[in-house]
Amino acid sequence: MDNFNYILPEIVIALGIMFLLMLGVFKKDSANLIQNISLIILIVAAVLTFNETLGNDPTLLFSKSVIIDYLSSFMKIITLLAASLVLIISSTYLKIFKIFKIEYPILILCSVLGMMVMISSNDLIVFYMGLELQSLALYVLATFNRDQLKSSEAGLKYFVLSALSSGLLLYGCSLIYGFSGSTNFDIIATQLNSQEYALTFGIVFILVGLAFKISAVPFHMWAPDVYEGSPTSVTLFFTMVPKIAALTVFIRFLYVPFLNLIDQWQMIIVFLSIASMLFGAVAAIGQTNLKRLIAYSSIGHIGYALAGLATGTNEGIQSSIIYITIYILMNLGLFSCLLMMKRNDEYYEDIHDLSGVSKNHPLLALSLLVILFSLAGIPPLAGFFAKFYIFKSVIEQSMYFLAIVGLLSTVIAAFYYLRIIKIIYFDKEKEKFDSDHSIWLKFSLTFSTILILLYFIFPSQLVEVVSRINII
Amino acid sequence: MDFPILSSLILLPAIGSIFLLFSKSDDKQTDTIKYVALFTSLVNFLISIYLWISFDSSISNFQFVEERNWLAGFVNYKVGIDGISILFIVLTTFITPLCIISVNNSVKIRLRDFLIAILIMESFMIGVFCALDLVIFYLFFEAGLIPMFLIIGIWGGPKRVYSAFKFFLYTLLGSVLMLVAIISIYWITGTTDVVKLYELGIDQKYQNLLWLAFFSSFAVKTPMWPVHTWLPDAHVEAPTAGSVLLAAILLKMAGYGFIRFSLGLFPFASEVFTPLVYILSLIAIVFTSLIALMQEDMKKLIAYSSVAHMGFVTLGIFTLKQQGIEGSIIQMISHGLVSAALFLCVGVVYDRMHSRLINSYGGIVSIVPKYSILFMLFTLAALGLPGTSGFIGEFLILMGAFKDNFLVAVIASLGVIFGAAYMLWLYKRVVFGEIINKDLLKMPDLDKSELIILISLALPTLFFGFYPEPLLNTIEVSVKDLIEMYKINLMTR
Repeated sequence: MDNFNYILPEIVIALGIMFLLMLGVFKKDSANLIQNISLIILIVAAVLTFNETLGNDPTLLFSKSVIIDYLSSFMKIITLLAASLVLIISSTYLKIFKIFKIEYPILILCSVLGMMVMISSNDLIVFYMGLELQSLALYVLATFNRDQLKSSEAGLKYFVLSALSSGLLLYGCSLIYGFSGSTNFDIIATQLNSQEYALTFGIVFILVGLAFKISAVPFHMWAPDVYEGSPTSVTLFFTMVPKIAALTVFIRFLYVPFLNLIDQWQMIIVFLSIASMLFGAVAAIGQTNLKRLIAYSSIGHIGYALAGLATGTNEGIQSSIIYITIYILMNLGLFSCLLMMKRNDEYYEDIHDLSGVSKNHPLLALSLLVILFSLAGIPPLAGFFAKFYIFKSVIEQSMYFLAIVGLLSTVIAAFYYLRIIKIIYFDKEKEKFDSDHSIWLKFSLTFSTILILLYFIFPSQLVEVVSRINII
Repeated sequence: MDFPILSSLILLPAIGSIFLLFSKSDDKQTDTIKYVALFTSLVNFLISIYLWISFDSSISNFQFVEERNWLAGFVNYKVGIDGISILFIVLTTFITPLCIISVNNSVKIRLRDFLIAILIMESFMIGVFCALDLVIFYLFFEAGLIPMFLIIGIWGGPKRVYSAFKFFLYTLLGSVLMLVAIISIYWITGTTDVVKLYELGIDQKYQNLLWLAFFSSFAVKTPMWPVHTWLPDAHVEAPTAGSVLLAAILLKMAGYGFIRFSLGLFPFASEVFTPLVYILSLIAIVFTSLIALMQEDMKKLIAYSSVAHMGFVTLGIFTLKQQGIEGSIIQMISHGLVSAALFLCVGVVYDRMHSRLINSYGGIVSIVPKYSILFMLFTLAALGLPGTSGFIGEFLILMGAFKDNFLVAVIASLGVIFGAAYMLWLYKRVVFGEIINKDLLKMPDLDKSELIILISLALPTLFFGFYPEPLLNTIEVSVKDLIEMYKINLMTR
């Protein structure tokens, strides 16, 4: 029974999903209620995770197939908090599109459950189970605005491509199982024989599958279409939450069973990283749809997070985690702004709709300014520190090429962020947007802006928390 | 622990700008807003004067040092000043209030935001000059891009967007390599603390690459030929106050960086690359002076003259002679005062006539006598007439250059002649001659605030021209120490 104490958060969520489904079936017009209950469930789960596991030694459960350690707890808490913020700021949007239904929070809970399983997985099968659970929920979420052609298209595209990548991933798992005799990460680590090329193939297949999930180049093709087509609140979810889980699995997979094969996979990660950084920066220049632009920018940002992973050190992992945390914060702010761009119940998502916002909505413009400069990595904003840690750990390993490519793509990327700022601040103003936003939307925007802006005052708090994550 | 005077210098403008942010932005209250900003910057000026007075120029150590934990176990927030930085800090706090007074006529929209940008800019600039840690330095150095980008882009002229982008991307591209170098220094030596690095020194085999990385950033910011092309664009499009800040202080960050970091940290590499800097500086001096001769836009002319003057500065720094470096510092201070004044002079006529073209003026001496006198003074100071601060700087630089290399000094002296040519010709075409443009007749002379600004710039220009002792006294020991340390480093490692 001891084991169950450790996975109490997952149990709470799983039971919560079942309860809410029943509630949704038997009680009419309960969307609001279910939304609130899901929120409570997420927060309870976060508190439980925080309480039970933070700071303990790594614990292996269920014949070593599930691991609870500092990394998993930290990532779970971030996932849960991000998911709950998505829930509270998306309700207005959903109501306007008349898709404020009971399924929305429940699907989010399902995918969060899947992610939590992924994050804790120490076994290929457990990992795959979690991955599929979250993916299935995400397919449905992408098509959530089913009357809209683009949304259905997004969901279908996501489903087909994602299924393909899951297939590759599964094939990789089977190769690894075949040549190491186990699906358990720890056992694989002891059974490794670097002479087996099939193992390398297995690693490559799994990496491809994972790279697809975090939309790293060259497996990014789905991201712009899906991000654009999905309802904005779902896009927000896509850009933040699944990436946390996928990155955790990336870390766990590369560093627990296959650390000794670092020579084999390091090149792959470096390539993924460089390609993503450059492609994300260059491809975003031509975009005018904000959601597509964010898709490309998120590809670029994933490139930076991967650069940290490529180093093969604890510092590298920590810098990746810091990066993804700060990135989520910035994305939250950015999407809060996006959700505020509405006029008479209609949302606008072209960058030229932001034209001259600084005159009509000075505070909104100021927040966007802070967030965009932070995304561009200009000091003293939080985004700079995120990149700073990445480059610090990359240069420690003397990977100068990676560092210089990364910094040059920062300059290229700065161009399109500046272009948005130019539209906001230098161009002629248009009609005002509505200003009757929900208090939560305002809260999440102010919250993220202030954190980004004042991060430089206490930059070491986050580092201290993250520095306790030691995988190697 | 003593009162953290440097941190309060850095923070005060930022706090003032927070007050401004929460004030009402309607156009009726512009006076209040302006007084708040002016008050903040004046207090800052007084603090910096107090700092200068209580600064002990007889010791070469860093003074008023503050250090506290910042990035866990890696970078400490460390600020402090020596004889070199104190002058730049005073220059910054002196120029900022003048910029704020000058917004009267030139900034028509969103005055509050403009003042916020200027004050934030002041914070960052002071931070650059007192940072004693490479990461802190980089932080302030880069952060200054944000307000300047907005100042050019929002309040600038017709081609402002192009200029703002060019300014931002050029400088950013230059700086990112410096970031790589800074992190590399951390991994090579285990610290980014400048004082410790001075003691430890950096292994000779790394120095060349690191020097080049720092150089790429400073060369863009100085700006040196051939990466100077952003400067004329930025100057022409920026509003007057923006041009003033850019010319008077932003350009000095790079000169300061050369002295503090390139010389201080990489003596071997500096020795290796001195010919490169000489050649680039000479090209800048001669070539951009010739370009300046051909300009039709007054602001552009002064912008090119800035490039030429900064060429003198880089030349002087890398002579590595006491006179040369002292001359460079004084040249930077003097250029800070004079170029600020010249841009303000252009601003004055631009606000009245809305033209910066030289040939739309002519013969204004009888219409605006006060303006003409002051403009004359600054023209002469810019070409380095004895009795103005410009002379002291150029003279010392040339003296240092003669000691080091005769040919270089001769070519550089040519630049002085060209300088006289373009400045006097500009003055002649604008102020003397016949009045062709009849609109000029209605032009009013300087109003009170303009007079205050220009006179307060004229006084130090003249004072330090006749009596440079206070400046030289302040920097002498620090420069001597720097050169000594440089030589010791060269010999021992």
